[in-house]
Amino acid sequence: MTETVIEAQSLTKEFGKRTRSGAAFRAVDDVSFRLSRGTTLALVGESGSGKSTTARMVAQLIKPTSGRVLLNGTDVTGAGGASLRQFRSQVQVVFQDPFSSLNPRHSVETIITAPLRYQKRTVPGGTRRFTQQLMERVGLDPDHYRRLPSQFSGGQAQRIGIARALAVNPSLVICDEAVSALDVSVQAQVINLLARLQAEEGLSYLFIAHDLAVVRQIADQVAVMSEGSIVEAGDREEVFDRPRHPYTQKLLSAIPRIPSEWDAARRAAREPTPALQQVAGSPPGQEKR
Amino acid sequence: MNRQSVQPSPVEQGSPDQQALLEVADLTVSFPTPQGISTVVADLGFTLEPGASLGIVGESGSGKSMTSLAIMGLLPPSATRTGSIKLSGTELTTLSESGMRQLRGNTMSMIFQDPLSSLNPYYTIGLQITEAYRAHHPHVSRRELRKIAVDALDRVHIPRARERIDHYPHQFSGGMRQRVMIAMALCTEPDLLIADEPTTALDVTVQAQILELIAELRAETGTGLIMITHDLAVVAQVADQVVVMQHGDCVEQGSAQAVFSAPQHPYTDALLEAVPRIDDDIEDLRQVQRPAGPSSNRTVPGGSVSTGKEPRV
Amino acid sequence: MARYIAGRIGAMILLLFLVCLFTYVIFFVLSPDPAVQICGKNCTPDRINQIRENLGLDQPFLTQFWTFLSGIFVGRTYGDGSIVCSAPCLGYSFQSSEPVWDMITARLPVSATVAVGAAVLWLLSGISAGLISALKQRTWWDRSAMVVALGGISIPNYVVALLLQYVLVVKLKLLPFPQPVKFTDSPGLWFENYLMPWLVLSFAYSSVYARLTRANVIDTMAENYVRTARAKGLANALVIRRHALRPALTPLATIFAMDFAGLLGGALITETVFGLNGVGKMAADSITKNDQPVIMAVTLLAAFLVIVGNIVVDLLYGLLDPRVRTASA
Repeated sequence: MTETVIEAQSLTKEFGKRTRSGAAFRAVDDVSFRLSRGTTLALVGESGSGKSTTARMVAQLIKPTSGRVLLNGTDVTGAGGASLRQFRSQVQVVFQDPFSSLNPRHSVETIITAPLRYQKRTVPGGTRRFTQQLMERVGLDPDHYRRLPSQFSGGQAQRIGIARALAVNPSLVICDEAVSALDVSVQAQVINLLARLQAEEGLSYLFIAHDLAVVRQIADQVAVMSEGSIVEAGDREEVFDRPRHPYTQKLLSAIPRIPSEWDAARRAAREPTPALQQVAGSPPGQEKR
Repeated sequence: MNRQSVQPSPVEQGSPDQQALLEVADLTVSFPTPQGISTVVADLGFTLEPGASLGIVGESGSGKSMTSLAIMGLLPPSATRTGSIKLSGTELTTLSESGMRQLRGNTMSMIFQDPLSSLNPYYTIGLQITEAYRAHHPHVSRRELRKIAVDALDRVHIPRARERIDHYPHQFSGGMRQRVMIAMALCTEPDLLIADEPTTALDVTVQAQILELIAELRAETGTGLIMITHDLAVVAQVADQVVVMQHGDCVEQGSAQAVFSAPQHPYTDALLEAVPRIDDDIEDLRQVQRPAGPSSNRTVPGGSVSTGKEPRV
Repeated sequence: MARYIAGRIGAMILLLFLVCLFTYVIFFVLSPDPAVQICGKNCTPDRINQIRENLGLDQPFLTQFWTFLSGIFVGRTYGDGSIVCSAPCLGYSFQSSEPVWDMITARLPVSATVAVGAAVLWLLSGISAGLISALKQRTWWDRSAMVVALGGISIPNYVVALLLQYVLVVKLKLLPFPQPVKFTDSPGLWFENYLMPWLVLSFAYSSVYARLTRANVIDTMAENYVRTARAKGLANALVIRRHALRPALTPLATIFAMDFAGLLGGALITETVFGLNGVGKMAADSITKNDQPVIMAVTLLAAFLVIVGNIVVDLLYGLLDPRVRTASA
């Protein structure tokens, strides 16, 4: 059994005060899950489901009202000072909008090496080389290390965010709607990048999203959240092909689809490639990973 | 969810003497920028039959939103618009501003992406609905106006309409607000409804409801629809005809079925490949190869200037 | 809501008390002996002592303070009980021996007239100038209006006042020199008397309001809901009036409440320059002459007005912005 890199135990988050008429507002209610090393767990839900709040609690950006977060078996809930710094060398976050989460006045080099400065680490060969190597790894032109985020497109700027997350060699990367703000074509590129990095480095991802179709491309495990609780969780195939909870079913049926006969006709007309030939022949749900 | 086929009249062949609802030809929109003239829509042309639905699809910077603003005559004053836009035979590009105002909100209506910021927080939605009606029917009594507003809310299935007439936009949820916008747009029974990314800001279950609502209302009234979106799956569901835009150009257009099952242009094909599917998946999502074309004098206002170099993945 | 107001009034009372105490302490520590001041020239030590006794200046600080405070509510007596000052008793002026309360009530109408007249002028001129500027951005009108507004903000009041007096009264002889005139005696003269103070004050304030209006309207015109209004085919004037101007004025209304409240407490410089017998001039005179009871009273009045203005602002916001209104209901 693969080891658990991060575990959430009964996380709950309340906002506001208890009033006479009832309890305070519960954004997250008793959420628990486990993420195995080298895999991707997707937290899906609509707005108000509590998925972002949960992610922030795991990332130690907000304190849970109750419950624990365990990193590699150690309780890190409410960590501070040195233990928080240690935590942050293991767990990094990529946010939704690179243009508001990256400092617009910092160069790419400054942004990418910021976690190193925070961790008080030095790198052999100097920060310049380090930055350029990392930029190449995420698919950016290494000569652009001096540029500002605004000089990049959305997809490229998001790669800067990913590079920054990788700078300290974390074991877990939390992607908080990391591809939601991107154009469809760029989304595909970034998802491919994330998948490749996971295969190469053994990264684990906690992937927060509202778009189930995107989740299908990248997740191994899926947890569906609604109104603060996890209503369904399981392997990707289970959740997508055999959803048990009515909310999951409702969610899946609400997604607009391109008629499969159109897709089939289009793909059949393309120059067949080996990979496609295999895929075109297999029924939905069975694929190679 | 099943594809909705709503149009009352066939798309392929209208009767020869049936006048098209909207005829756009050689539409070009450009802005002056410090770097020169930026063309955001270039030589766009399409035809929409009465009661039919057209999807304009493209990524950010494709010019799809600008097209809708150009049709409505709501472009910013610095924009230059050339070409021809005919609404039921009336040429809009030469129409005076007061002529346009008579058409806006009356014969052609528009709904926008973010219903929260698109409604004025200081006024009740009842007022915002009735002012739309009153602008084009000035001699209606207050009581009648109120009734019209209540009816409008009923039609979009907002419960307790009589009460909610006097509520403010922030007292509604996102999906309800978009329903209010639809009610506002349709209360004057327009011939054409332009919807600019109406469901992008909404949850997927709410999106499904809104799309269903639009289909239902169109079936009732025979209103034509132009749906602007980046979501190809939504287009597949809603539109009979599709126009695919990239960097201001129309790269492909035709019936939805033709465009989706036999795309002629590589961009369309690549875009369709890149869309993540819920039903099946591909081992490696194909990437959209941006055509190495004449690199832009076409700077896109508001977006960042592409560095020109392809990311190497 | 009632609880909210009660809370604010409680806070106000506390704050006024602290203002009182603070001002009183300053006087106690810093002022020269009031008895000597009152006595004036030809003073004998006996007389000084007698004054001290009458006014209770020989009492310990706390007693004095308490007497002062209670005097506001129940009145107090001086000396051997022969001089009775009924509530609200703010004491007697060291300079003129007038009851301070009467001094204030006599002068408040003058300050109020100045404030109201100026307010009407500056609201009308400032908001319309700002609106036109916003609608005609970067035209010659906009640029010149904003330059003039910059002048209004930067040039000190007394410079404007003196300039205006020089030009209108001395050079062009359009207006007479300011003199105290009651409205009932001669409306025309009354109007002429107040015109210049109104102009001076409104020049400064309307500049601020013009710039504010301009900025706010530019913001609201860019809002999505204005685009929706246009898409509905509303007439241009209606779009501007209802959808752009009204939201833009909400922040202005709250600023106005504070400005007006402050102005009621007396426009010190303007009143002095034009010789108007308002609270402001009284304040200026009393400070230079170290007239403690009057200074105390004026300070208290100003503080009271500002605090009330603040409360009004908070309530106004609730009234004007539906989002705030329903949240607190």
